Amino acid sequence: MLHLPVLKSKDRDFQLAENPPTEDHHEALLELEKDGEIIVQRVTGPYIEVQTKFGRTKKIPVEKTWHHKSCGQCGHIPGYSTSIFWLNRALGLDYLDPKDQTSCTAWNYYASATSNPAAQAAVAIRNFASAYETGYFPIIHCATSFGHYKEVRQQLIHHPELRAQVRKILARLGKKLVIPEEIVHYSEWVYAMRDRIAERQVIDMSHITATVHPACHYHKLIEEDAIYTPEVYGAQRTAIITGVLNALGVNVADYSTWFDCCGFGFRHILVSRDFSRSFAVQRKIEVMIEEANPDLTVTHDTGCVTTLDQSQFAGKAHGKKVGLPVMADSQVAALAMGAHPYKVLQLHWHNTDNKAFLEKIGIDTEKTWAEFEASVQRLKDGSKQYLTWEDVG
Amino acid sequence: MGLDLSYNKYSSVSLEEKERLFEEVKSDMRYQDHALYGCYECGICVAACPSARFYDFSPRVIAQAAAREDADLMYTLMNDSVWDCSQCFSCDRCPRHNSPGTLITIMREVAVRNGLQTARKALEGYGRIIYKIMSTGTQVSPDMLQPNAFPDWGGHVGDIAENLDVWRRALPPETMHTTETSWYVSEKTLIELYLIWHMTGVMDMIKEVDEGLFDILVDVMEERLEEAGYDDVTF
Ligand code: SF4
Ligand code: SF4
Repeated sequence: MLHLPVLKSKDRDFQLAENPPTEDHHEALLELEKDGEIIVQRVTGPYIEVQTKFGRTKKIPVEKTWHHKSCGQCGHIPGYSTSIFWLNRALGLDYLDPKDQTSCTAWNYYASATSNPAAQAAVAIRNFASAYETGYFPIIHCATSFGHYKEVRQQLIHHPELRAQVRKILARLGKKLVIPEEIVHYSEWVYAMRDRIAERQVIDMSHITATVHPACHYHKLIEEDAIYTPEVYGAQRTAIITGVLNALGVNVADYSTWFDCCGFGFRHILVSRDFSRSFAVQRKIEVMIEEANPDLTVTHDTGCVTTLDQSQFAGKAHGKKVGLPVMADSQVAALAMGAHPYKVLQLHWHNTDNKAFLEKIGIDTEKTWAEFEASVQRLKDGSKQYLTWEDVG
Repeated sequence: MGLDLSYNKYSSVSLEEKERLFEEVKSDMRYQDHALYGCYECGICVAACPSARFYDFSPRVIAQAAAREDADLMYTLMNDSVWDCSQCFSCDRCPRHNSPGTLITIMREVAVRNGLQTARKALEGYGRIIYKIMSTGTQVSPDMLQPNAFPDWGGHVGDIAENLDVWRRALPPETMHTTETSWYVSEKTLIELYLIWHMTGVMDMIKEVDEGLFDILVDVMEERLEEAGYDDVTF
């Protein structure tokens, strides 16, 4: 396969536009609040400031976070979510894992269109209102939810009739129309916390090379909110994930199809997987291997981990260049801080073999798997019903 | 087979009907907000588009048909093209600030709302997913990981299915011990979700494309809603 040479952007200077080309949603939200139309949930606890695409400042809450979970993560790659929670606990931070949260339902919406903007906005605001009632600030685990909630925010800002409709629906549920001042993706929290994570790093990763896949709905769909910094690719592309890997000492390798999506396709991954498999293998995994030969690839979304990881099995059967472990940034960060690869990262739910990578960073996979199996045995023989955080270290 | 853009493919459908559907697309708030400002015909959207690489599919053709107000062609595309889109929004890098992906979302929605045969067909085999999200509040669930559902994902799906209950109980967050949903969703939250589906016309959309699914959903929801004291779920 012929690929274009990778263009390095390091020689280009980062120039902030004097007048950002997009509206400032913060101002728009405060205006609506002043008019009594909405409630803006503010970041009240400690926060870290980061810079977004057009140079605006975004507040990333450090703790007192309300974790808006992802159905694809919790359901099929649970170690993704478990690692996010583990990081919070290991850093001694207060968080909430709510039971009154629904999925954003956007996976279904993008796949089947069996919904509409009013329903989608009501689902989003019901979740936001639930977070607001607890005083904890929402942090969104899934990039699909993150992207969709940005769309919902934009629609609510611009359409009084939609606001009126959603307010009426929410009133019926006994809830208010609440929009948080920032829509925060968990990977932004990992990024903001990268130095604290690196301070506690116990696993050396300086001999590891990784490629990065930024999720489409993170940096393409309502591009305004994504994190950019001159230190990463001269701010020519988002700093997400790469900034974390840099802090952990991982060598981040570039590849020419970095902007391509993963092939998830929403409906395709469920009912037309031939497309997802072909795209993931031919446009992403093979290109990464040919151009960068990495030890693993790191991404930050449910769909991307799923598609890039699961598609490699069929690729192997077709004699494609595959065999590249796929992990979320939260998993890599937790691993660096000493989290257990099976009890916390739950790597047995992943498909592509990751043992060579684990061994390369000094983890004894046989021993750690045996430890996991011993814990599971306690569940099987009835001496315990569930494993708890105390059990997984 | 390639995409047939000939004008006589849907000649049995009147131009008035095609225009009515196009008007429905254009009246969507997102169309007026940012979906289409015109088109340079530059093809940047196509270069970025994953679906264009593997299907006879082009966001440029869709943007142009809309920009030219070609209701006939829009009808063909609404039937034969829109379901190939991956909804990745890579096409948002359009220099004209169009969002062909958003245009496609709207077209799909109009196709579903009007019960187009091609939309029904596109959603065949998808009903169980709609059922899952609408009735349980989480879209996918651990128990969906069955080898016969994902044969192309290899043997590890079988390992997960075999160990599902115990591996779920081995997860430290207590919300994630579930197998039929991705996490525990409270009863009150489910009722609220059902009310949203009813109050926003989503149930009517489902009825248009899959009456069997609609009946099952009504059954499941009715009982819970009645128990919670909601006899009237209309607005
Ligand atoms: S949203 Fe659809 S049309 Fe746009 S780039 Fe993605 S697949 Fe192509
Ligand atoms: S990128 Fe925009 S202007 Fe160019 S062909 Fe696509 S829709 Fe038209």
